[in-house]
Amino acid sequence: MSEAILRIENLSIGYDAGICQIHALRSATLEAHAGEVIGIVGESGCGKSTLAAAIINLLAPNAIINSGSIYYQGTDIFSLNKDAQRKLRGQDIAMVFQDPMTTFNPVLTLGDQLIDFQQHLEGVSISEKRIRATNLLARVGIPDPSLCMKRFPHELSGGMRQRASIAAALLMQPNVLVADEPTTALDVTMEAQIIHLLRELRSDYQGAIIVVTHHLGVVAELCDRVYVMYAGQVVEQGLVDDIYHAPKHPYTSALIACDPAHFEEHTPILPTIAGRLPDLMNPPQGCSFAARCVLANELCRTTVPPWVKISQTQSALCHKASQ
Amino acid sequence: MLTYAIKRSLLALLILFVVMLAMYAMVFLVPGDPASIALGPRATPELKQQLIERMGLDQPILSQVYHFFYNAVTGDLGYDVWSKRPVLAEILEAFPYTFLLGVVALAWALILGVFLGCAAVIYRGTPMDRILGILSVSMISVPSFVVAIYALLIFAVWLRWLPAIGAGEIGDPWSQFKAIIMPAFAVGISWVGYLARMVRASMLEVMGANHIRTARAFGLSERRVVFKHALRVAIIPTISIVAVGFGSILSSAVFVETVFSRPGIGTLITSAVLKRNYPVVMGTVLVMTAFYLIVVTLADLLIARLDPRVRDVLRS
Ligand SMILES: Nc1ncnc2c1ncn2[C@@H]1O[C@H](COP(=O)(O)OP(=O)(O)OP(=O)(O)O)[C@@H](O)[C@H]1O
Ligand SMILES: [Mg+2]
Repeated sequence: MSEAILRIENLSIGYDAGICQIHALRSATLEAHAGEVIGIVGESGCGKSTLAAAIINLLAPNAIINSGSIYYQGTDIFSLNKDAQRKLRGQDIAMVFQDPMTTFNPVLTLGDQLIDFQQHLEGVSISEKRIRATNLLARVGIPDPSLCMKRFPHELSGGMRQRASIAAALLMQPNVLVADEPTTALDVTMEAQIIHLLRELRSDYQGAIIVVTHHLGVVAELCDRVYVMYAGQVVEQGLVDDIYHAPKHPYTSALIACDPAHFEEHTPILPTIAGRLPDLMNPPQGCSFAARCVLANELCRTTVPPWVKISQTQSALCHKASQ
Repeated sequence: MLTYAIKRSLLALLILFVVMLAMYAMVFLVPGDPASIALGPRATPELKQQLIERMGLDQPILSQVYHFFYNAVTGDLGYDVWSKRPVLAEILEAFPYTFLLGVVALAWALILGVFLGCAAVIYRGTPMDRILGILSVSMISVPSFVVAIYALLIFAVWLRWLPAIGAGEIGDPWSQFKAIIMPAFAVGISWVGYLARMVRASMLEVMGANHIRTARAFGLSERRVVFKHALRVAIIPTISIVAVGFGSILSSAVFVETVFSRPGIGTLITSAVLKRNYPVVMGTVLVMTAFYLIVVTLADLLIARLDPRVRDVLRS
């Protein structure tokens, strides 16, 4: 496989919470190649947005990078100066945010903002920028794009806004597109439409797409590879097909078992994973998932599990994965 | 929007009516009846009675208010007890001076205040932010008359750069400009601090919003994020504050026009109150209340223009 366009190595990020630190991300390692769509799944609070924010370099002011680095086309983005980091944003790495209701400025028209977002483009006139933005709005399936340019965000529906924010992210033809829960705030029909749109975009998009979600269905429909996260750690990674049909980490199996789309028959009780996320202020000594895992034994509770390579493309962070 | 405008106007009329009622009540409550003060202690009862009748003070309060309004609608605010000139003419003569003072004072305060507020946001958490904070709070807390008197002392008496009194020669913009510097400075200074604090607070709130994160995600510079994306949202509450300050310029005009012996509404009303020149007091208060209401209403309409969400709420 070619050199990864984005490579995250051993990234640990915490949030300063006064007397202690919330370890939101622990030793996360992942990579994305051009032309591929990777998924990041995990339940709420497992650090997905923290990872996304780190990729685009917009961490909250109280975030602390404890260790690790992010390489974009081989350069460590944390080592760049502020200006270079700023140039990278929007131009090379773009983001679609979680909540389409609040992503746009309420007092500026959509057109105004889409034009402003192209400020890295040099030697391009305002009217050309307007044309580019209008074309992209048409591309993401907005019915009357030139009228939409004159609209204020609150005049558009949630689905329209999410389309518009996808268009915004594509404006600068970035090499990495991060979509943080692009469909979570939308209803089911809208969700289906947005997924359809993202699939369509895949075909002529050259860069890497990273889709963050807690919905396995979204991953199955969109992604080539998936990283499963639990309590700030990546616990399993592999091709979508492998992960779905032969999950090796008990958390992945449990997650799949809980996906309603997976049930063959009507069930009176929805299955859930018993227990709750471990305390992120003092993460457990051994495996993070041990407290909720049906297979866990003494070893799991006391010793940090190793990365077990299952195949060329799949590995899991589990003592039991090799068995 | 139209029903909103009509509603606002009706409310404004009601407020005007209540204000005038209160004014009339005050005339009756302050000790010393206007006629005796006007004529002095040695006036004969007949003379007094004549004056009371001429001023309409013998009629019941409501009827006085009614007549006052009835006349005011036709543009007649009565006559100055002393000079016998129409009150409206006196007010129209004095008003431009006070209006100009208000415009200049709030314009420089607004520009500098917004700028300092934004600077504090850009340098938030640094010593610069703290210095600006101390500066703003001192500007708010130093009384304006102290500023006025020191300015007078330094720039007019010691340095002799600026004229100590008056409003400049009529028809000579340069001398008028020099004459307005100190009064506008004295009126505006606390507004600078106040606006800087306001802008900083509402700006910091806006800076935490998701759409600011979006703007940053597109690599916009901090300056552009602050001045274009955040300020456009944060300036909206500031507009109504400035409008209130401008509309109630009368209260600052009273002191600053007295200190600098500047003609204007403040001087007019001060001398009218001292001489119990009630028609002038009434007329001035009516005009300035109306002015206040107009300015505040215009500010609301401006806010509706700047904030599409407000506009839509009003439309429906
Ligand atoms: N600015 C912050 N300060 C302190 N703690 C934070 C901050 N942001 C996030 N956290 C904590 O870090 C952990 C990971 O948060 P994150 O937003 O990355 O989760 P997530 O997987 O995106 O969840 P969701 O699915 O709800 O969006 C959570 O426990 C959260 O409470
Ligand atoms: Mg999130």
